[in-house]
Amino acid sequence: MHTAAGVEARLPIRSDMDLVWVRQHVRQAAAQLGFGLVDQTKLVTAASELARNTLVYGGGGTMESQHLVDGSSHGLRLVFSDQGPGIADVEQALSDGYTSGGGLGMGLGGARRLVHEFAIESAPGAGTTVRVTSWTGRTPRPREEH
Amino acid sequence: MPEHAADGTFVNPTGEVRDFLRRRREQIAQRWADEPLFRTVFTVSRDEAVEAAKAVVDALAEVADAARVEDPDAAGFSSVREQLGRMGTARSRAGLSAGQISSELASLRLPLENPLLADLQEAEAPEGHVRACMTTLTVLIGTLRVVVMQTALSEGQALIDRQRLQLLEVATPVIKLWDGIVAVPLIGTLDSARSQVVMETLLEAVVEQQARYAILDITGVPTVDSLVAQHLMKTVAAARLMGAECIVSGIRPAIAQTIVHLGLDLGTVVTRAGLADALAYALHKLGAGIVADADLR
Repeated sequence: MHTAAGVEARLPIRSDMDLVWVRQHVRQAAAQLGFGLVDQTKLVTAASELARNTLVYGGGGTMESQHLVDGSSHGLRLVFSDQGPGIADVEQALSDGYTSGGGLGMGLGGARRLVHEFAIESAPGAGTTVRVTSWTGRTPRPREEH
Repeated sequence: MPEHAADGTFVNPTGEVRDFLRRRREQIAQRWADEPLFRTVFTVSRDEAVEAAKAVVDALAEVADAARVEDPDAAGFSSVREQLGRMGTARSRAGLSAGQISSELASLRLPLENPLLADLQEAEAPEGHVRACMTTLTVLIGTLRVVVMQTALSEGQALIDRQRLQLLEVATPVIKLWDGIVAVPLIGTLDSARSQVVMETLLEAVVEQQARYAILDITGVPTVDSLVAQHLMKTVAAARLMGAECIVSGIRPAIAQTIVHLGLDLGTVVTRAGLADALAYALHKLGAGIVADADLR
């Protein structure tokens, strides 16, 4: 039986050190909920991308992790939120290769491909919230080709 | 006898406490030397503990003299700050929590309280003045606790900073595997600071060893996200400018799948699953072969 103890948490994202903490927490939580090694790695990588966005573009924020249950499947939801400048064109931000900083421009779109569910809320001046969820024992949803 | 104004009134509690500390210096130091905070830290001799206690008494008297009993930054503390920090660190190394150290410090008040009360009563000080003096003493000891905690915390922070720097250096050795082949086993988080160190040490090694091939082994890197990939590609590009070809090895199955989903294109980089494969590739490119013993006979 997988329990939510140690899975649900709210972590600050204020520095590079906090990113390490976020990754370790997500890895631990995913392992605890019964995610396989590949899914753990995908989720940790997605969390790493999103947490860095929160830090670099959002000027810092928080990550909240939640335990979801759907039948026999366990879900791990990660909510990244910041009070930063927000994103004017979300579609553009999600497209591969686009960056407003110095990165590769793969973070946001890449993170979306690494998880089962992905939702983003943002408006200029209103901060950004990204919700991602992955489930144990599910194949990735079919994706539209770019 | 406690000092008081010429007309017999008691007006200055901090001055009263200061005079008391100076008057009773020897006696207080003797009592403090038996407290665990001094006794367990200054173990060479009891005299050493007494001397250390005297230094703290003198510091407190100086702080009271300057009427800055509430100020942890008072000049009087500066002479004993290092000693207090050492005491706090020693106690925390002995396994005490911050709370336990704090209550050990608080217990230093008791050996002061009773003699001060006795002195004041002997001088027939009015009740209001006695209360003011006792409050001053409590505040002074409270400030002493703050000073010790501040010093201990800043020492902890300095230690963490030193260890972080050490980690940067320790974690990036460059190993010569063969003439012209060097390897860097990367371990842990590859953030911007680390990757800068990796790039520098690798490029220096390429020059020193006249390396044609450099292997970056990421077996020990738990997460490869787009920033790590970007750092790797920059390192590879820099090495290439210096005439060395980079091979990234240690790509585990889970990492490989993640890189594909993330959409990263490592097509320009030679990659191998294991360090051995990377070495074999580099040796082959150098024209060196590995020959089994049987063929030599």
